[in-house]
Amino acid sequence: MFIGFFYLLRSRGFGVTLSEWMTLLEGLTLDLHHTTLTGFYDLCRAVLVKTEADYDKFDGLFLEYFKGIPFEEELPKELLDWLNRPTQAVDELRAFLKAQGYEEKTIEEMLKQFEQRLREQKEEHNGGSYWIGTHGSSSFGNNGLVPQGIRVGGESKYRHAFKVAGERRFRDFRRDNTLDIRQFQMAFRLLRQYSDQALGDKTEFDVDGTIHDTCDSGGMLSVQYKRPRRNTVKVLMLMDSGGSMNYYASLCSMLFQAAEKSNHFKELHVYYFHNAIYSSVYTDPRMYREHAVPTEWLLKNFGSDYKVILVGDALMDMYELLEPRYDRYTGSAGFSGMDWFKRFAAQYEHIVWLNPEAPPAYGGYWGASYGEIAKVFDMYRLTVDGLEKAMKKLLVSR
Amino acid sequence: MTTFQGTENYVASPELLNAVNIAVALQKPLLIKGEPGTGKTMLAQAVAEALGRKLIIWSVKSTTKAQDGLYVYDVVQRLYDSQFGNAGVDDIAKYIKLGKLGEAFSAEEQVVLLIDEVDKADLEFPNDLLWELDKMEFYIPETKRTVKAKHRPIVIITSNAEKELPDAFLRRCIFHYIEFPDSAQMERIVRVHFKNLDETLLNQCMQAFYALRSIDAIEKKPSTSELVDWIRALQLGGVEPARIVKEVPFAGVLLKKDKDLTVMQRRMLR
Repeated sequence: MFIGFFYLLRSRGFGVTLSEWMTLLEGLTLDLHHTTLTGFYDLCRAVLVKTEADYDKFDGLFLEYFKGIPFEEELPKELLDWLNRPTQAVDELRAFLKAQGYEEKTIEEMLKQFEQRLREQKEEHNGGSYWIGTHGSSSFGNNGLVPQGIRVGGESKYRHAFKVAGERRFRDFRRDNTLDIRQFQMAFRLLRQYSDQALGDKTEFDVDGTIHDTCDSGGMLSVQYKRPRRNTVKVLMLMDSGGSMNYYASLCSMLFQAAEKSNHFKELHVYYFHNAIYSSVYTDPRMYREHAVPTEWLLKNFGSDYKVILVGDALMDMYELLEPRYDRYTGSAGFSGMDWFKRFAAQYEHIVWLNPEAPPAYGGYWGASYGEIAKVFDMYRLTVDGLEKAMKKLLVSR
Repeated sequence: MTTFQGTENYVASPELLNAVNIAVALQKPLLIKGEPGTGKTMLAQAVAEALGRKLIIWSVKSTTKAQDGLYVYDVVQRLYDSQFGNAGVDDIAKYIKLGKLGEAFSAEEQVVLLIDEVDKADLEFPNDLLWELDKMEFYIPETKRTVKAKHRPIVIITSNAEKELPDAFLRRCIFHYIEFPDSAQMERIVRVHFKNLDETLLNQCMQAFYALRSIDAIEKKPSTSELVDWIRALQLGGVEPARIVKEVPFAGVLLKKDKDLTVMQRRMLR
């Protein structure tokens, strides 16, 4: 019946899995929705949403899907009927699984498990430990004060699910706000690959293993070594500095500090460029001549195992991007900014571009360079969400 | 002085109750997130008390390994015992000490298991517990024994969102985010802690408290437990209620950072 809701959630990037959906159906057959829409909403949210950051998005989608259904306090009759006929629920589930492309055999197995779980739960609940308050025997009151029970906040009896969803109280948790250092650091922490499996010798003394094995062999010393467990991630960060990036100086400095403080990287190297990368990059954001380092050297010395983070607004004159003669350092022909970018993209498998600027709404004069660069690199907004996505991207191959 | 006395004193929102009910009925772990000081840990106590179940708490630290929760084989003790010829060395089971999870599984009746601050441990930690939490059993190779829960414990897991939890783990949980209480809810919570509270004092405190929380520049916003401490301090200090909003006495109880105190002085006490 509301399988469409599942599809809607999935199509909007909500990673609801089949097992979660089946858990929801289980909850429905157990009457956990208390036959109210609010109860239904609470159930859906508790089972399907796994982070408060998604509450707002979920509220929006719930509204979108269930807005058309006429209802008052009770659930609409259709939905109720459907819920009261578990056999039909199973049939629908079968059809649904089929539509998902599961094999007949797997479907039967899944359904059998589903039914068995339901049976077990029903038995258990009738066995007396049933304390959920649809039938009045609950120690959790739905409002007011229950002796020895948990006292409920005591709001009006049922809040209107749409009202709750409509308030969208969780908007603040949306992660597309810009952020502070700590949040940056949290995001950087995603960028780690601990490993004791990596090739290499067992050089670290394994205290626990030694004690265990020594004692196990009756006190004969049996020394154990293990491979050290370390983060293996090496990071190369290249930041656009000056010009249009001045607006974002504090944001970029926060990013820089967060990266510096995230001392869990095996290596972190930071270089600066202006607008695009040319034959030199700089060790200092002021970019004086004495800070210059040949880009050629950079590419030679930092192998393809580095994870590269480019930071910049990607907004410049197309001339600055494409013209080989536009080179701050040499001022002579060679590679254009774009050529250098392409060389980076070719060398590094793990490379992302962080952009403090939102994508330009329409092409326009400055938007052109943005579009060109976004074709070469995966571009992410410099927000919590964007940074996290970028870090995750850096951990997997392109 | 009033102390926190169990379930009659735990004020929960209807949504939270619903989430607890759902998790219990579906026999899934309940994952609770929320700002510090919103009563995440307290919830498990309240649930245990309301249901008349024993509460087992497993506090997770950064060095905690999943294995610690299952069992520890005390080989060292066994070696000692064997050297001094103590009886029973042959019996390995004697040296198997169950962890908190093992304790919860082997309990004779259903218990409430609180896994506190699961995100403190390594990234792999939650994943290492998937099987155990799903099947509610684990195997001890040393004694060839399987510890299986006689009654599936009610599992409540809290997280401060320091690290992202793995998807596979999240999929198996019922999730609830405890919102920061609004002022009406907060009033009820405060009243639970103080039997006879001067109305003017309460009003003034609430006003000052929410005014403070609404200042964006304050980094570490005061939470419920800080409010309760503050009111207690004001009561003990015998502060004139009329002064509270104007002067915010004992602000150090509410705000822990110097920077935040300066911000408050600039914004609220002109």
